Amino acid sequence: MPYFSMQAKPEIQRPVSNIFIVSSVLVALFLNGLPWAGVGLILRPDFVALVLLYWCMHKPLRVGIGLSWAVGILADVSDATLFGQHALAYTLLAFGGVVLHRRLQMFDLRQQTIQVFGIFALTYAVYAVVNWQANGYVVWPYLLGCVTSTLLWMPLSIMFRAMRQNKMRQNRMDRNRP
Amino acid sequence: MIDSTQSFQFFNRGPSPVARLVFFAVLSLLLLFVDARYRYLESTRSALSVLISPIQRLAALPDALWQQVGDFFITQSRQHDLIRQNDDLKLQHQNDAAQLLQLQALELENQHLRNLDALPIRSQFTTQLVQVIYAERDVFRRKVLIDKGADADVKLGQVVMDDVGIIGQITRVYPWLSEVTLITEKNQAVPAQVLRNGLRTIVFGAGDISQLSLRYMPASADIQIGDVLVTSGIDGTYPPGIPVAKVITIERDPDYPFSNVTCLPIAGVDNHRHLLILSDMPKLPQRPDEKSGASNAGNRVKFRRSN
Repeated sequence: MPYFSMQAKPEIQRPVSNIFIVSSVLVALFLNGLPWAGVGLILRPDFVALVLLYWCMHKPLRVGIGLSWAVGILADVSDATLFGQHALAYTLLAFGGVVLHRRLQMFDLRQQTIQVFGIFALTYAVYAVVNWQANGYVVWPYLLGCVTSTLLWMPLSIMFRAMRQNKMRQNRMDRNRP
Repeated sequence: MIDSTQSFQFFNRGPSPVARLVFFAVLSLLLLFVDARYRYLESTRSALSVLISPIQRLAALPDALWQQVGDFFITQSRQHDLIRQNDDLKLQHQNDAAQLLQLQALELENQHLRNLDALPIRSQFTTQLVQVIYAERDVFRRKVLIDKGADADVKLGQVVMDDVGIIGQITRVYPWLSEVTLITEKNQAVPAQVLRNGLRTIVFGAGDISQLSLRYMPASADIQIGDVLVTSGIDGTYPPGIPVAKVITIERDPDYPFSNVTCLPIAGVDNHRHLLILSDMPKLPQRPDEKSGASNAGNRVKFRRSN
């Protein structure tokens, strides 16, 4: 894309390595797996959902609904929930991310956060509804998790952007080296 | 930029997001249904758990390290405390040893009497020490994961306890891990009896809080605050005589035929790292088949009503 490379690239067109994507998802699974307990567990943001939504928004052609579903199945195994519980929630999350990615790109981070809250709320609601159907009760404080997840959206976006920029700069230096 | 929702496309990007959403959502729902109703997928689950268990182990590591660091500093700073504690424990051990000797004598006597009476011998079980590597992972569930699985011959349905009482039951076995459902899980039932007068009842978990409740306890039943409930051993899953819970409140409402009894678990359900699995429980003879359709319908109605 010679035309685009002349101007500063918007975030969606910046390159990112597959290794970075995969390792970010693994780190998210790790963070979800830390021994959270009590209030921490109730307020625990869903790191996996955050990371998946980020990639669905910024690399919708690489990370999409299928991959999110597969990660959801892994999350189901690691959380010992019913097969498909996380998978269904993450499928909807990815759909939200992929379909809205153009609109979300137009916004700055603050406006994005508001939109992202809606997607997270939907994801959490689906998860809670499945649980209600399967087990017959709903733990309302669980839904607080979507607020903490949303609050993490801005730091996560800034962090990932910084990490990707560093990597790019490094790559360019490598290429220019004699 | 070309909008991919238009009918004309430069690049073929596979099915549209909506088609994918529908496909994967239906697949998830199907899996949910199959997993909830039939449990066909346990082998798939344990195969996938091999993929995920390195991450799980890694995630359990910081906590373990933190504890070790804590232990290190405790040993440095509180040597006197430890020595005193050690002395106390020795004393306690001596007391316990005397009681244990008595217990052994009683056991022999009991066995002898039972032999005389041709009754089956009561529980003889071996125990296996395990460590909790994961506390409840999901706000909805009262479960823990322990560090032994099929490799250590852990089996479904085995009973898990700590040094004072029942903790729960093994509900899933992975190659290197297994999942324990705590007695506080919603609808987890333990057949029990009141230690004071032998009244039989069933203890149910309440789910969202660390409490237990007794359902179907008639308002006129002889039960008091402070009563200790021990396992009755009637179903053959739990060995008899192990403490389960202590009654903390009783509400008798004249409008209802049943009184509302809540209990607290005796065992430290939420605060131990080391637990015991009981194995080699004696097998009871198979329960005779009832007319399965009718009894299932009855259970269903009861279940609905209880919610």
